[in-house]
Amino acid sequence: MNSPSSLLRFVLSIILAMCLRIAPWQEPLTAYNPDWILLTVIYWSLASPERRGIFTGLAVGILTDVLTGRMLGLHALTYSLAAFFSLKLHKRLRQYPLPQQGLFIMLCLFCSQFLTFWLENLHAPLRFQASFWLPVLTGTVCWPLVYSFLRVVRLHNRSR
Amino acid sequence: MSCFCSQRHFAINPLFATGPSLNTRLLVAVLLSLTLLITEHRGTRLESARAALSLLVYPIHNLVDTPIHLISSSVETVMNMHKLKEENEKLKQDELIYKTQLLKFAALERENIRLRALLEKSFKLGEQVLVAELLSVNLAPYEHVVLVNKGSRFGVHPEQPVLDAYGVVGQIIRALPFSSEVMLITDPSHAIPVQVNRNGLRTIAVGSGQINRIKLPFLPNNSDIKKGDLLITSGLGGAFPQGYPVAVVDEINYQPNKPFAEIFATPKAQLNKSRELLIVWSNREPVPLFSQETPEISIEPNHE
Repeated sequence: MNSPSSLLRFVLSIILAMCLRIAPWQEPLTAYNPDWILLTVIYWSLASPERRGIFTGLAVGILTDVLTGRMLGLHALTYSLAAFFSLKLHKRLRQYPLPQQGLFIMLCLFCSQFLTFWLENLHAPLRFQASFWLPVLTGTVCWPLVYSFLRVVRLHNRSR
Repeated sequence: MSCFCSQRHFAINPLFATGPSLNTRLLVAVLLSLTLLITEHRGTRLESARAALSLLVYPIHNLVDTPIHLISSSVETVMNMHKLKEENEKLKQDELIYKTQLLKFAALERENIRLRALLEKSFKLGEQVLVAELLSVNLAPYEHVVLVNKGSRFGVHPEQPVLDAYGVVGQIIRALPFSSEVMLITDPSHAIPVQVNRNGLRTIAVGSGQINRIKLPFLPNNSDIKKGDLLITSGLGGAFPQGYPVAVVDEINYQPNKPFAEIFATPKAQLNKSRELLIVWSNREPVPLFSQETPEISIEPNHE
């Protein structure tokens, strides 16, 4: 069931998401850069819940922590929680049209961002900025794009 | 309705029944990440694990950096011959000027050591530096932390100061095997002890979160500071060596109803432009009092 090609597709999509996450956008755009990795994790939890689950989220989260220099366990926590809710609700969410899925995605992104901000603030107080919530909005807007792209990645040439 | 359907579907698919339940798995994952967070919060015990994991992540950093680096270097290659010649000539002239200045500097340094010996004070020799290149990646949008391509394999360690050709850039906050993270002086959680070059007034400069601004929040309204004053590192605190330019004061707002004035300065270092940075080793022993030996030339490039 867990064919190497499906694993390869998953790993490549995560690497792409990580590249987008740390890409050096121009100054006004950096604040809008959505959490591509979380979107990818949610997609794979919705699309193949029998293979990618909570521990996938955990592993990807730990790598993201190292990638972006956060405290170890920060993204691991938020990503595994997001994977959990996606797994719980995947059957219902798959029936929903994309805009309605967007609401769930927005909630996930918001919770993840809130948790990240709160935990980092506990560790080392940082000043609150309104721009901190921008990735939640752009992430929601980008969801249909991510969804259709990863759908192509997942299903392309699958029949062979 | 849809709920019932999914329940039935759930029963049919046998794969879900295998292994621990979803809730158990969530519990394990959450406990694991909380343990990691708490260990990280308490101290630096996880640094070796992070160093090992960074080997997995390092190719991704390079994957993002390489195309950008290639584009900028190919633009340089395409630049026409005439321009290159001109630039070369200018650089040669500059080098000549700097070399003569350095000659004078060596003499001045020796004189300074003699004078300090008279005053019975020790004198620190110049620092050892390592040139590191910036990786074009963006770690977090709300922090001013950048990644450079030299790490603990080159002996880089946390709390080392980082400079560029114009002034202080920041300090190393984490050294990984092949790269290290540098916090810029403009980061909101960064503070650097400085003094006004004109009169030696000491204070602390705190990052503002804007890339071209730092602020001096701890100076009273009547302190002797003017627009255009150069701030240099004071050497207090031990992290930054004394005497490097940090910023130029450019805005002073007196606040009669508050104990401290609102003072802003622009960093001298080209924080959003320079690609080559210097990592400094400043922990050399000070020259002992009344030393007889002659000091060596101070700046030793420690290239790979």
